[in-house]
Amino acid sequence: MTDPSRSGTPALDDEVADAAAVATRAAALDAQTLIRGRRQWPLPKQADPNAPLLVVEHLTTRFKMAGGSIKAVDDVSFTLNDGEALGIAGESGCGKTTTALSLVRLLPANGRIGKDSSVRLFGIDLARKSEDALRRYRWREISIIFQGAMNALNPVRRVNEQIAEPVELRLKVNKADAMKRAGELLELVGIPARRGQAYPHELSGGMRQRAMIAMALACDPAVVIGDEPTTALDVMVQAQILELLERLRRELGLSLILITHDLSVIAETCDRVMVMYAGKVAEEGAVSVIFRTPRHPYTQKLIGAFPNIHADRRTLDVIPGSPPDLREPPPGCRFHPRCPFAMAVCSVEVPPEVTFADGVRVACHLYPAGSDGAPITRPTKDAIAGGVAEAGLGAGVFSDRDEAFDELEDALDPAPSHTLSPGHGLTDDHSLDQIQ
Amino acid sequence: MGSRYLIRKVVGACLTIFMIVILNFVLFRMMPGSPDRILLRNPNVTADAMAAARIRWGLDKPLIPDQLVDYLESTASGDLGFSFKFHGEPVTDVLAGRIWPTVILFGLGEVLAIIFGLALGAYSGWRRGGPIDYIGNGVSLILYSMPYFVIGILILGVFAIGLHWFPTSGMLTVGGSGDDSFPSQLLDFLGHLALPVTTVAIGLIGQYSILMRSSVIETLGEDYITTARGKGLTSGRILRSHALPNALLPAVTLIAINLGYVIGGAITVEVVFNWPGLGTLTVTALEARDYPVLQGIFLLLSISVVVANLIADLIYGRLDPRVRS
Repeated sequence: MTDPSRSGTPALDDEVADAAAVATRAAALDAQTLIRGRRQWPLPKQADPNAPLLVVEHLTTRFKMAGGSIKAVDDVSFTLNDGEALGIAGESGCGKTTTALSLVRLLPANGRIGKDSSVRLFGIDLARKSEDALRRYRWREISIIFQGAMNALNPVRRVNEQIAEPVELRLKVNKADAMKRAGELLELVGIPARRGQAYPHELSGGMRQRAMIAMALACDPAVVIGDEPTTALDVMVQAQILELLERLRRELGLSLILITHDLSVIAETCDRVMVMYAGKVAEEGAVSVIFRTPRHPYTQKLIGAFPNIHADRRTLDVIPGSPPDLREPPPGCRFHPRCPFAMAVCSVEVPPEVTFADGVRVACHLYPAGSDGAPITRPTKDAIAGGVAEAGLGAGVFSDRDEAFDELEDALDPAPSHTLSPGHGLTDDHSLDQIQ
Repeated sequence: MGSRYLIRKVVGACLTIFMIVILNFVLFRMMPGSPDRILLRNPNVTADAMAAARIRWGLDKPLIPDQLVDYLESTASGDLGFSFKFHGEPVTDVLAGRIWPTVILFGLGEVLAIIFGLALGAYSGWRRGGPIDYIGNGVSLILYSMPYFVIGILILGVFAIGLHWFPTSGMLTVGGSGDDSFPSQLLDFLGHLALPVTTVAIGLIGQYSILMRSSVIETLGEDYITTARGKGLTSGRILRSHALPNALLPAVTLIAINLGYVIGGAITVEVVFNWPGLGTLTVTALEARDYPVLQGIFLLLSISVVVANLIADLIYGRLDPRVRS
């Protein structure tokens, strides 16, 4: 791909960029007609048929607590195109699930979406909709595969009734036809239709998760959100469920948002990945790019924290500390207290999100706007020390300093080094192939 | 419902009743004194007469096994012995005359309490923090902590003695209300029934509403409720078809277990309103040391608690598929 920021004349840059944009746009429209053409039910009335599938801008979600309010999601923007799978990654409590649930405002009673937030599905802004109007989009257009299907399915109702319920209600299909569709959906996810008579407790964990997936597909939704769909399952079943999701994506052209802290799942299943930290986007872009050359120190650490069965045995990276208390988030970059590269500016200024030529968006002072996507400053040990000292951090982080510096050296090295090899976090050859 | 579940529960209930019958025998034989001592109060009783009486009552035979076997045989054939107090009338007859007033009073009271208590609790839990919840929960707590006789006396004071809206005691007007036709008799009965039934219902409503409220709140926090919201169901439908079927489960258990205590509490309500049921009979029999009658009441109440639990198990089995397997 041409890198406009590195080539000669600015005029030429623009032309190249325009041409690329037109080509991408055309390709996107093709996928769009292809996938939207498969819909069995018409688009919502107010939908703009040419609008992108899902555009989320400046999404902010606050929870009112006893001691004030916390921003669980802070100014998050992203796009999901037709047939695309976007992975949202990050530690527990970094706002992944809240981001996804905010799309259809499926929040606890104390949760509120900010005034500037917009969630445009086919160009319809769901954030502006009243609760009653939004209800019609829930499950019909955006459905959710919840984690832990044991608890997400009602224990006292038969599985097929639960799958048929949204079909009957949202699609206005009569009860008998809805039950028939429930049976078909169960077959689609590999459960014999007659097993739909069972109650959730009578199914195995993997079957329940399949039933949950069948339920999510019930209304042929535009977007399916997978909220840690494989978390509570054992490894073999996890693999089966992921395979099922991939097959469904291929066959149904699903547009998927997959939330997980398991990067190997994202590497296997997703086209793009969005790494979140403390309610903000740290880095977002194509899986193939981000897993090969993670820019944000948090992404690097996250990938480094995954074992690689193909590489030599090594001590896994750990990220010292834990995500900040969102009631009092650290000033500046929220990651700076844990960041081995923290500079003076990091504790003062919130890093802006900058999109680079390879389509990756990063919010980190190491990669300011106008840079070419490589860290511009090579911070000295003193600068790091200064930054760390200014952040008011203790000795625990200092001891990490030399190591951190070495790592930075590696990161700045043009040749891919072991710490940044794409093998991190991947569990098999298949996934390696996929991202290489 | 699986027939195995049903059979298991019924067999369990029968075994429990058998154990109660045995216990009923043992408990009363462990009490100090003996029936023949009563005869000794008569200074003219002869040793021969005493011995004859002992033979007639079977007291000469050893307690176990002979007396126990006799007792089991007669209990099984529906013979609960004779009352001391009521001139040798069979205990079954004494009880039979008193069962229906109690069943009507507490049956109706329970039904009212279940309907209003569960409805109030469910609504409070659903609209948690709303005005109905604040008032309902406060009132429920007060009612829950009041014994039946206090509620009874207050109601009696206000509506019978103060306002003269209802009669103060009994089940029918003594000496007849002047009109023997069925409608006027029924009206007279209902007038007498109103206050005691209200007392029973009020005493239970607080308890049921508090339980149902917390059960609904807990259920609404479950993941499957989030799923139901995600499916775009209206909040009314979420409550009806997802929350309530689950929230009712603990209520069913409580109501069944409660039934034993309810009948215990019945005694005080019946005494306050002089209602001619098993409660007042218990007090009369206690005062007269009428052991056969007490034994009969004890057996009857135990069996009704066991049966209530059996019914609860069966309802539970219908409501919750998990307990069937």
